Amino acid sequence: MNGSPRPAASPPQDALLTATGICKHFGDFTANDDVSFSIGAGEIHALLGENGAGKSTFVKMVYGLLHPDSGMFEWRGAPVVIRNPQHARDLGIGMVFQHFSLFQALTVAENIALAMPPGESIESLSDRVRAMSSEYGIGVDPDARVHNLSVGEQQRVEIVRCLLQDPALLIMDEPTSVLTPQESEQLFGVLRRFAEAGVAILFISHKLEEIRSLTERATVLRRGQNVGTVESRKKTSKQLAEMMVGMAVGDIERREQGVGQPPAIFEISGLSRDRETQFSTPLRDISVVARAGEVLGIAGIAGNGQDEFMEALTGEWRAPSAAMITVDSHQIGTAGPARRRQFGIGFVPEERNGHAAVTSMTLADNALLTGHSLDNVVRRGVIERAQMMQMAGEIASEFDVRLPEDNPLASSLSGGNLQKFVVGREIIKRPRVFIVSQPTWGVDVGAALFIRRAMLELAAEGSAVIMISQDLEEIFAISHRIAVLYDGSLSEPVVAADVTPESIGLLMGGSHSMDEART
Amino acid sequence: MLEQLLLTVLMTSVPLIFAATGELVAERSGVLNLGVEGMMLMGAVGAFATAFGTGNLWLAIIVGGLAGALTGGVFALFALGFATNQVATGLALTIFGTGLSGLVGAPLVGHAIDGLPQITIPVLSNLPFVGALLFSLDPMAYLAVALLAGVAWFLKRTRGGLVLRAVGDNHDSAHALGYSVLRVRLLAVLFGGMMAGLGGAYLPLMLTPHWAEGMTAGRGWIALALVVFASWLPWRVLVGALIFGGITIMQLAGQARGWTVPSQFLSMLPYLATIAVLVVISRNREFSLANFPSCLGRVFHAGK
Repeated sequence: MNGSPRPAASPPQDALLTATGICKHFGDFTANDDVSFSIGAGEIHALLGENGAGKSTFVKMVYGLLHPDSGMFEWRGAPVVIRNPQHARDLGIGMVFQHFSLFQALTVAENIALAMPPGESIESLSDRVRAMSSEYGIGVDPDARVHNLSVGEQQRVEIVRCLLQDPALLIMDEPTSVLTPQESEQLFGVLRRFAEAGVAILFISHKLEEIRSLTERATVLRRGQNVGTVESRKKTSKQLAEMMVGMAVGDIERREQGVGQPPAIFEISGLSRDRETQFSTPLRDISVVARAGEVLGIAGIAGNGQDEFMEALTGEWRAPSAAMITVDSHQIGTAGPARRRQFGIGFVPEERNGHAAVTSMTLADNALLTGHSLDNVVRRGVIERAQMMQMAGEIASEFDVRLPEDNPLASSLSGGNLQKFVVGREIIKRPRVFIVSQPTWGVDVGAALFIRRAMLELAAEGSAVIMISQDLEEIFAISHRIAVLYDGSLSEPVVAADVTPESIGLLMGGSHSMDEART
Repeated sequence: MLEQLLLTVLMTSVPLIFAATGELVAERSGVLNLGVEGMMLMGAVGAFATAFGTGNLWLAIIVGGLAGALTGGVFALFALGFATNQVATGLALTIFGTGLSGLVGAPLVGHAIDGLPQITIPVLSNLPFVGALLFSLDPMAYLAVALLAGVAWFLKRTRGGLVLRAVGDNHDSAHALGYSVLRVRLLAVLFGGMMAGLGGAYLPLMLTPHWAEGMTAGRGWIALALVVFASWLPWRVLVGALIFGGITIMQLAGQARGWTVPSQFLSMLPYLATIAVLVVISRNREFSLANFPSCLGRVFHAGK
């Protein structure tokens, strides 16, 4: 970067919101350190940074959910203390949350009514929702129950809910992390129209390409500090990434497979699963093979059956017939997780805290939890402590897990470090098949790179890797073949080099065949 | 004869309507209070003591409701104020209510009072059959149905009801929107306690006009089951309570007529029926969980 001090890009003449010297501490941790920032009417401004850089903390203070320890906000030129979300809304600040704040059991109109001042009837509100959806082309049915809506539709409800309050500043916390590329484009169209109408939009993201296409200025946070406000389009993605990380960013190389089909190690045939609750997705006749030496990427938007599929793969849910899942032609469909591990399968579920790892236990104990049936750590029912400690130590050193102390509690590790540990715990055993869901969800760029490299190396040694991920960039970064999970059905896998993210995006949005998607 | 039988069915279901409606409101706000039995007993003993001491039945009803609400307040103090585990706290409340009501009621055992008078609605009560059945009941029976209707209307039609349902569905989001989760839940728990207290009060004031230790005989647990049976919808509480009242009376009538089945088995019927109904309902998750409050029993921590 050009070493430009903040703020480099010209600030708008009359700022709508100005923050000066905002600091926020949580115990010893400094989440925001002297952050200054401004946004003007009609501006689309990106707030950029890694997970844990302090973006969410900052916008929560703007929205009144948290209060700064020191520093000052000015709204339309006058100093203001934003007391609570209600106060923020009264000022004209609206926010769309990353994890939706909708009420699943209520209707769209009821959800919106809860965010509006009392007094208006549900019926008249429904009419206003309809009017707004037709005016801006945001399809939203006020009478629908939220739990029946797709993630994209739910986000539109959130947006309509914000916009009906007629905000002057709209904050969007990672809005595209759950959208297909097409849905994202649609969202950007809507946002641009609102910006033209004078609404300021503060757009939080870590996706660099979309920030360059949508926003005019970007403020980059790193470890709680504003490391510069730049004109988004004058920087390359790589430059922005380096500002975020604070050092040169490495690349990752996917080695293409040679000619000829390597043997299938892991095979699923005709796997179906009924819909069990109103919030779950049924699995529909899934058949797929994972071959030696490949990473098979399973793309798809959240809620299309990923959790159900992962449970079927790990054995937390057992298939009705053993033949539905085979590894090296052993039938394991009805086997539980421990039995499957004995066949050389390693799993890492999506949720680190409480699923992949027990946060209130030490790392060594956590290592034992999946290692008990394989190594010599348990003899005649008694744990060999020295062996167990050694195993945990090996995982930590080989997978660059940075430990705050000897054998710490899992909960004391950062997200990236804990993820490296739970992935490392499986990979160190060199499983024949490695199955992982969202391997780099919410971890920093460095850890993500490390984990992806480790998975590619494992595949290069002849194992099969199955990776379920909602991050399309990740899917394309390391998958050899890609299949898409949509509404519980899995598409035919295609060779990654033959398709574009856009065509996969179409499948993620519900197009039916690869032929339709392959353009 | 049939009228008389149906009338007793109605009366048997009144305490259940009270208690289940109250618990339904608490659960819709996300609080699982397993202390219904204890709150009912406190309401019963409070009402009986007042009626015995003052002879004023109206005052007795009010005291019964207050005693229940106060007992619910103890639950709220722990489960909401100190964020304790709701299941454990609720169970403790039942044990507490059973013990305390026994202690308070010890000197009252063996005394009797006059029950509530009937309220006969002019004209309507002269109708054949339904007149006697529906329009010449005691005041608490009317109150139970009126409160049930009020709750149904409140939950579905008012903003307060919407906020209450929202808090039960997703307390973090409700908090983010600026609603006070704990205040909503406190009010819901107090209302639930008052209703349980009223349900308890009905037993010594109307059904059997004396006090006996543990006289609710598991009705609090059945009220809890009824909320699940009703899938958290008020009007289904009425249906469930009537079915349960019907089975209770049927077995009593059966015993009176000397059915050859052992009486212990007949006494068991209402409870067996409760279990059977719960099993059947739980099979259809779509139906049984459509109005399930997602935050039920979950402790809320603000400022996360």
